[in-house]
Amino acid sequence: MDADQRDALQARVREAMEAHTPLCLTGSGSKAFLGNPVRGEPLSLAGHRGILSYEPTELVVTARAGTPLAELEAVLAAEGQHLPFEPPRFGPGATLGGTVASGLCGPRRPWSGSVRDHVLGVTVLTGKGDILHFGGEVMKNVAGYDVARLMCGAFGTLGILLDISLKVLPRAEASETRVLECAADAALDTLRRLGGESLPLTGAAHVDGCLYLRLEGSEATVAETARRLGGETLDEADSFWTALREQTHPFFAGEAPLWRLSLPPAAPLPVHDEPLLLDWGGAQRWLRSFRPADAIRAGAEALGGHATAFRQRPQDVDAFHPLPMAARQLHLRLKEVFDPQGLFNYGCLYPDL
Amino acid sequence: MTQSLHERNRAALARALRRILPSEAVLTEKEDLRPFECDGLSAYRALPLIAVLPETVEQVQAILELCQVNEVPVVARGAGTGLSGGALPHREGVLLSLARFNRILEIDAANRTATVQPGVTNLAVSEAAAVHGLFYAPDPSSQIACTLGGNVAENSGGVHCLKYGLTVHNVLGIEMLTMEGERLRLGGQALDGPGYDLLAVMHGSEGLLGIVTEVTLRLLPRPPTIQVLLAAFDSIPAAGEAVARIIGAGIVPAGLELMDNPSLRAAEDYVHAGYPTEAAAILLCELDGCEAEVAAQTERVRALLQAAGASEVRVARDDEERARFWAGRKAAFPAVGRLAPDYYCMDGTIPRKRLAEVLERIAALSEEYGLPVANVFHAGDGNLHPLILYDANRPGELRKAEEFGGRILEICVEVGGTITGEHGVGREKIDQMCVQFDADELRYFHALKKAFDPDGLLNPGKAIPTLHRCAEFGAMHVHRGRLPHPELERF
Repeated sequence: MDADQRDALQARVREAMEAHTPLCLTGSGSKAFLGNPVRGEPLSLAGHRGILSYEPTELVVTARAGTPLAELEAVLAAEGQHLPFEPPRFGPGATLGGTVASGLCGPRRPWSGSVRDHVLGVTVLTGKGDILHFGGEVMKNVAGYDVARLMCGAFGTLGILLDISLKVLPRAEASETRVLECAADAALDTLRRLGGESLPLTGAAHVDGCLYLRLEGSEATVAETARRLGGETLDEADSFWTALREQTHPFFAGEAPLWRLSLPPAAPLPVHDEPLLLDWGGAQRWLRSFRPADAIRAGAEALGGHATAFRQRPQDVDAFHPLPMAARQLHLRLKEVFDPQGLFNYGCLYPDL
Repeated sequence: MTQSLHERNRAALARALRRILPSEAVLTEKEDLRPFECDGLSAYRALPLIAVLPETVEQVQAILELCQVNEVPVVARGAGTGLSGGALPHREGVLLSLARFNRILEIDAANRTATVQPGVTNLAVSEAAAVHGLFYAPDPSSQIACTLGGNVAENSGGVHCLKYGLTVHNVLGIEMLTMEGERLRLGGQALDGPGYDLLAVMHGSEGLLGIVTEVTLRLLPRPPTIQVLLAAFDSIPAAGEAVARIIGAGIVPAGLELMDNPSLRAAEDYVHAGYPTEAAAILLCELDGCEAEVAAQTERVRALLQAAGASEVRVARDDEERARFWAGRKAAFPAVGRLAPDYYCMDGTIPRKRLAEVLERIAALSEEYGLPVANVFHAGDGNLHPLILYDANRPGELRKAEEFGGRILEICVEVGGTITGEHGVGREKIDQMCVQFDADELRYFHALKKAFDPDGLLNPGKAIPTLHRCAEFGAMHVHRGRLPHPELERF
């Protein structure tokens, strides 16, 4: 049931400060596999839930962080709107807070923008027990540093998200997915060519010798573009994109470590013959590989990107790409600002954050 | 004597700087410093101790190290088009001009990115990308002059933000220097980077956290078709209702601009755009995309505007008419500027639905202060620009205009908005920051600043007020009995 638990959470954090008890922040636990293991007393944030305000014509929704994503998305869908960044849930109970804290986006991300691109404001409970509000419920706001966006993808290490305001957008009237049979290198060539054209593209993935292109817009535009692209229309297209987003597609099954590579979209393909799935028009690549982490990371870095050990992470491998010294220094100082005792999800993102 | 100490400091620092830079790139004479004394907000002026014009990142790095060691404040400056006094020099500090960093380093058509130096102008990027059919979306009105480094510092917007976002949504990566001289790369050509989103934090940080030395921008394919509709309304609420209906219908216009009667009349007198001068407000709605999409949306928007009570709806027949529709809006500031010796441009954001109410309250304040106001409104994203007309030559009138402006910003906060949508806080709105944020929030801002710049040498005195300043401002306000939410307890 909807409940405002901010006072209880604040009291719990103050207790933890007193007792120097590290806390392991959890929502529904749907993304617990992400990141490095956290030791600490579990603190459930799922009870702080409920939509606080939603006005479709303002394109803004504000909800408590424990609000289940499914509930929020259903409310938006009833008004013909959605979270454009298509967040993966990775479990039935996935919460808004976990979505923002992990910063993960679905197939539409290159065209819609990311989670942080849609975060307008947050209320956050810091590791010093303070409840603060940054940003707001308006689209343009340059007053003060952008702490709201800093919280996105920070995995809770800078504070407990209490309330979140997001920009939402209308869903497209029509959608169609075309499938073109081709090898991965040909797919990248096609994507490079299409990338220069103004198309209603909202998904572009390559797996198992097929390039999947999702078009969304008005009926007329989608139909016309689909004709122009050629290929076949994919039946049950929604289940394909959902399986890709939720990693229930067969590519994601199996024992080989799953690596997420974030690269410039036109980056060349690896020479290794390992299973590779291209998403985000080539900018997000999923790799199944037993090769050493250092080699995979060096490869990603050489191409101008980074690599995350996402699932089936080998022991002794850090989940996230190591930071250069100067950036690491800044990270430590920011942790010191928001959570000086290291109470929140200590070690989840990097060993000493 | 203070003066001679000041001069001695200047001479000593100049000597040290000339070991880093060629002599001509270190300016110390009053007449050479004069061009840097203000930015686009000319009411605030100060001469820096020294201005420097480096050409390489290594030079900037050496300048910062020197200033860090000697505890000399550094104020970065791009083209100086900012509207909040963010680039106002520090009297005891170095003015760091990045004007010579004016090269476009790469247009990568395959990855649809541009990598540029911070002194490159906003418009130059789209011009350079045009051969590939690409463009850079954010288009602040100063785009022919303003630079990308400044755009990052201010998180600049423009008229197409609702659909295309602000600068923060269109920058993929930066290279920057911290005040301690550390060189950092945040992001790049990929869509995200590891760790905290420091790239987001740098946007809108107004030169207080670091010096941007390179920017990688996302480029988009140029939409093949653009259409503009112009609708006239007999009342502001009706125009506001039309905006809500368009967005409620699931349409995301590329641009959606509202002008009230004083601004549309001024624009009409100035550029003869053919605006209906008797209207209480006009709405300009730009749609872009593929031809079929735009054609379908144009008809839907036309119907929605009529249903919302527009007294007239025009659809641009050709590119020339489209340009004319926009000409009045684009000339609105200078047009309004012709109505009085001076004008003061405000920059609040409000929830769209509160527009009519906010404009009514601004009108009441206009009466109270005896200063006319014209309003233009980025209706798509709720960003309001009231232009207060005044005469700086009349004693006390600038002060009055500033106070009036401050009260408008406080109304913006009260209705759930913000004191600045795209111009930044700078020097100008520093007191209103005390209205928007409480002491705890400001403390965290100062701590965050310290994480980047431990000695507080980058652009000191801007963007984030000291708690002491807020206490004084608060006291002044209570004294005048105008504290927002007087019903609330204050601690």
